[in-house]
Amino acid sequence: MEEKQFTVLDLLSLELKEQNALNLHCIGGREGLARSIAVPDINRPGLPLSGFFESFAWQRIHIFGRGESAFLQKLEDEGKTESLRRFFSFPIPACVFTHNLAPGKSFFEIAEASGCPILQTDLPSSELTSRILRVLSDLFAPQTTVHGVLVEVFGIGILISGDSGVGKSETALELIERGHRLVADDVVQIRCVNGSNLIGQGANKIIGHHMEIRGLGIINITHLFGVGAIRDNKQIQLVCSLEEWDPNKVYDRIGTDEKTTEILGVRVPTLEIPVKPGRNIPIIVETAAMNERLKKMGYHSAKEFNQNILRWLESENARAVYFNRDDYM
Amino acid sequence: MIERMVTIKNRAGIHARPAALIVQTASKFACKVWLEKGNDRINAKSIMGIITLGASFGTPIRIVADGSDEDAAASAIEHLFESRFEEE
Repeated sequence: MEEKQFTVLDLLSLELKEQNALNLHCIGGREGLARSIAVPDINRPGLPLSGFFESFAWQRIHIFGRGESAFLQKLEDEGKTESLRRFFSFPIPACVFTHNLAPGKSFFEIAEASGCPILQTDLPSSELTSRILRVLSDLFAPQTTVHGVLVEVFGIGILISGDSGVGKSETALELIERGHRLVADDVVQIRCVNGSNLIGQGANKIIGHHMEIRGLGIINITHLFGVGAIRDNKQIQLVCSLEEWDPNKVYDRIGTDEKTTEILGVRVPTLEIPVKPGRNIPIIVETAAMNERLKKMGYHSAKEFNQNILRWLESENARAVYFNRDDYM
Repeated sequence: MIERMVTIKNRAGIHARPAALIVQTASKFACKVWLEKGNDRINAKSIMGIITLGASFGTPIRIVADGSDEDAAASAIEHLFESRFEEE
């Protein structure tokens, strides 16, 4: 199945608010709005405008700031359109003029003849550049969908994974009841932003914050618990993998086993939690979240515990030598 | 791992009731079962996933089963689609 292309029109139709808004509108070359944006990058076309076309990254969106507009005006005044014609001989996705500036007649003619859309924004160039790069990197971020429940516990994004029926949704329900937040149940869409951050969200806005609990059916968390119990997206910082207790498996007894799961090339710390009737899994997840917070602050409880033990044993050894007693232990 | 292609013959598509039937059937088997629509693959043992697929009338769906009883699982689910989920 072919991938849906992201077009310039899609960029204009994005619902971006406040500090993310691009304030773009089309001032020419409307038929070019169907052109697709293939790379999440921008270019300042100073070099090609002055005639240098080596390594010209034509696939990028081109931003014309005050400098470029002044240069275009100079070219217009001198009637030099050669570099412009060569510029538009490439299938440029879009040209954006910042500071509400607009190009001259010949630019419009050549651009529209080649079918390239001309956009305008009132933002200054630097602001537009950083916003548009943010938007594009978000859209082009690699993504995947996993089966699990994403919750936010004490500010830590936890992906609860495991086979069907092991109790992921029920664990999440108790966590919500204890005051934590549901991000997504069952179908979690994960995007890798900036190469190291995994942002998880519900795969479908219509389904929203619903959960399926065996015995109850499908329940609406927003209606039952309120908006304080939900969140639209959250960075995944910990994976809790629930599994049926396996008597033959060796579970980490100390807490220094740093297991990780790889999602979209990012290694996420993972805890394997065995499930057995009578075990309170939600409280284990809550404690894991608090422990994770502590680790982030620099206090690794299990390692510190072991170091204290070593120090204590060393001091015991020293005392034994001092007192010169063989039967000290 | 085996695959079967089916088409949705229900006018209303896969809404809550057919989704529940798929989940109940898939959960009877030990093997892993997935439903694929285009590039989306979801676990057939989770009802939210099946409803999220947004499978409407006429959509082609691929059933993927992997495990000891994969044949039985795939056939059982294929039968559900073919019989229009006992709706019509």
